[in-house]
Amino acid sequence: MATLQIREALRRAMTEEMRRDERVYLMGEEVAFYDGAYKVSQGMLKEFGEKRIIDTPIAENGFSGIAIGSAMAGLRPIVELMTWNFSLVAYDQIINNAAKIFQMSGGQYPVPIVFRGPTGAAENLGSQHSMSLEGIYAHFPGLKVVSVGTAADAYGLLKSAIRDDNPVCFMESEMLYGLKGEVPDEEHLIPLGKADIKRKGTDVVLVTWNKQIHTCLAAAEQLEKEGISAMVLDLRTIRPLDEEALFTAAAACRRVVVVQEGYPFAGVGAEISARVHEACFDSLDAPILRVTNRDINQPYATNLEQLVMPNATRVIEAARHVCHRAR
Amino acid sequence: MADGQTPPAPNSEAPTRPQLTEWYRMMLLIRRVEELAAKAYTQKKILGFCHLYIGQEAVAVGSAAALTPDDYVVTAYRDHGQIMSRGVSPRAMMAELFGRSPGVSHGIGGSMHLSSREHNFFGGYGIVGGHIPLAAGAAFAAKYRGDGRVALCYFGDGAAQQGAFFEAMAMAQLWKLPVVFLCENNYYAMGTSLERQSYLIDMSQRGDGVGMKRWQFPGFDVVEVYENVRRAVDHARSGAGPVILEAVTYRYRGHSMSDPAKYRKDGELDSFRAKDCIKNAEARLLALGANAEELTRLQGEVDAEAQDAYDFADKAPIPDPATLYDYVYAPEAPAAAPGTEGGR
Ligand SMILES: Cc1ncc(C[n+]2csc(CCOP(=O)(O)OP(=O)(O)O)c2C)c(N)n1
Ligand SMILES: [Mg+2]
Repeated sequence: MATLQIREALRRAMTEEMRRDERVYLMGEEVAFYDGAYKVSQGMLKEFGEKRIIDTPIAENGFSGIAIGSAMAGLRPIVELMTWNFSLVAYDQIINNAAKIFQMSGGQYPVPIVFRGPTGAAENLGSQHSMSLEGIYAHFPGLKVVSVGTAADAYGLLKSAIRDDNPVCFMESEMLYGLKGEVPDEEHLIPLGKADIKRKGTDVVLVTWNKQIHTCLAAAEQLEKEGISAMVLDLRTIRPLDEEALFTAAAACRRVVVVQEGYPFAGVGAEISARVHEACFDSLDAPILRVTNRDINQPYATNLEQLVMPNATRVIEAARHVCHRAR
Repeated sequence: MADGQTPPAPNSEAPTRPQLTEWYRMMLLIRRVEELAAKAYTQKKILGFCHLYIGQEAVAVGSAAALTPDDYVVTAYRDHGQIMSRGVSPRAMMAELFGRSPGVSHGIGGSMHLSSREHNFFGGYGIVGGHIPLAAGAAFAAKYRGDGRVALCYFGDGAAQQGAFFEAMAMAQLWKLPVVFLCENNYYAMGTSLERQSYLIDMSQRGDGVGMKRWQFPGFDVVEVYENVRRAVDHARSGAGPVILEAVTYRYRGHSMSDPAKYRKDGELDSFRAKDCIKNAEARLLALGANAEELTRLQGEVDAEAQDAYDFADKAPIPDPATLYDYVYAPEAPAAAPGTEGGR
């Protein structure tokens, strides 16, 4: 087992896939000569050259559309979005083209493309640079949405995403790029659509993904001391949702807290809550709670930002509440 | 210019010594305030992204001088110089950078999102190119009301690749909106140099595609900037339609505080420092009869004012948590009286 940073695990996945398949190329702002805004693609220009590691102008709508067109014509692009915040400029291309073309063409044109980059808040980046956008992409049939929080998952899932014949929105985190974790030495693919139990537990399941996995693990540690055994279920893929794992965990623990970064209104947490209520109502001991960003755009000042974000304290309070241990 | 895009002849008097002194003072103030902002950033008093304007000051100051207080200004995240040249106090600006409640946006905006309605400063925006249509929109409102205002939009060479920019230009020209698009071409979009991100390297040429009046000028001398922008503003105000300008300029620092700017060519920075806008203005002032003591005194005053802004921000209170939800929606108050919606 090698210990890799998440950015290194992502790079290894892309590099292996590009060696394996000529059709795969990487395109985005600053990916080549600058080695990536967050150094994910460091050194890749050297290995693959300018033909396959391509710097673009700041024109997300244009280069996303170009990549989609090239996928229709047989290539397998990886588009790096400097952050998912900027994907909103490309939203039309990703939704109206990437998500729809396969079905709209009666199955003639698959669009094998990966859009990848960090999602969620870093620190003090303000209103326009701090969004978690899983929800607005998972909304659309035709897209797959992956959101990772460990090095092994980043590696194994990105490889699967690149090999997938569908458009995959692959979400990382600025705050986690340097986080180290063990990654198998041999090639390893993790199928999309499979959740993973990051911590076993029996009293409450904390359903989460990406950066909030780590918030939940910290909360679970504390809850253990209070006699509450919390499972941490990492969805890893938001769409397709691993309902089997989700419902099994919900039924086993009987209490569910969804911990998601990003806006609550019509967010992924709302969808999960609805589905678990529909499928597992009889097994639940308490209504499902959500811990999310406060329902507000991100302020810059540190004290306000901290009020907005999910944190371990809020997770612990929600867990106590569903376990009827409110203090 | 062989393409019929000759700028109109100057219709403004050469600046007087007091005017030039004021422009010099403002450029120096912007630079000193930003040097202290850089210090505060390394002290972790300013957080997140912080994009310095050092080197480009002549563009903000010369162009602001071509506007009236009623005109509108819109810009991107590299906004410290623009907001100060609009007359916002260094204290209110610095307090925003520190995330404190007396900041122009109450600590909610931060460095990238400075705004001041009182100064008709629509703000700094973080999505590259996304703010450009807003300037055309302000000009639309001015034309709609027929109040003679002009909108000035600053944006970078990188932003001149975005779809929003092209679309805004097309409609501004179609509807003859009183807007001046001012591209600050500083040779880089983050780490990507001009010729690696654009086939044409004079962004004013973008205007040709929509038939817009356009020209390029060097942005290292505040008087030259003033004269060029003044002509464009007069043209727009006359109802003749929008103008797209490119000011050739250069940023001395990295893209933001976290960019070491290793991509520059050897000697490049020095060659631009040799054209420094503050030194140029000094030389002009001396030629107009200012003496060295006068300049030294002015520099001392500016240093003190910048330091005062830093001290003010450092002591200012952080936002009251109770205000967290204050600005999500506009309060339900009686509608503003007709005629007051547009700002001051
Ligand atoms: C839509 C979008 N894409 C990418 C970015 C990241 N980004 C921030 S500034 C910048 C470079 C912009 O360069 P330019 O327009 O020349 O302005 P300058 O920074 O030189 O003032 C990039 C790519 C962003 N903020 N928004
Ligand atoms: Mg630039």
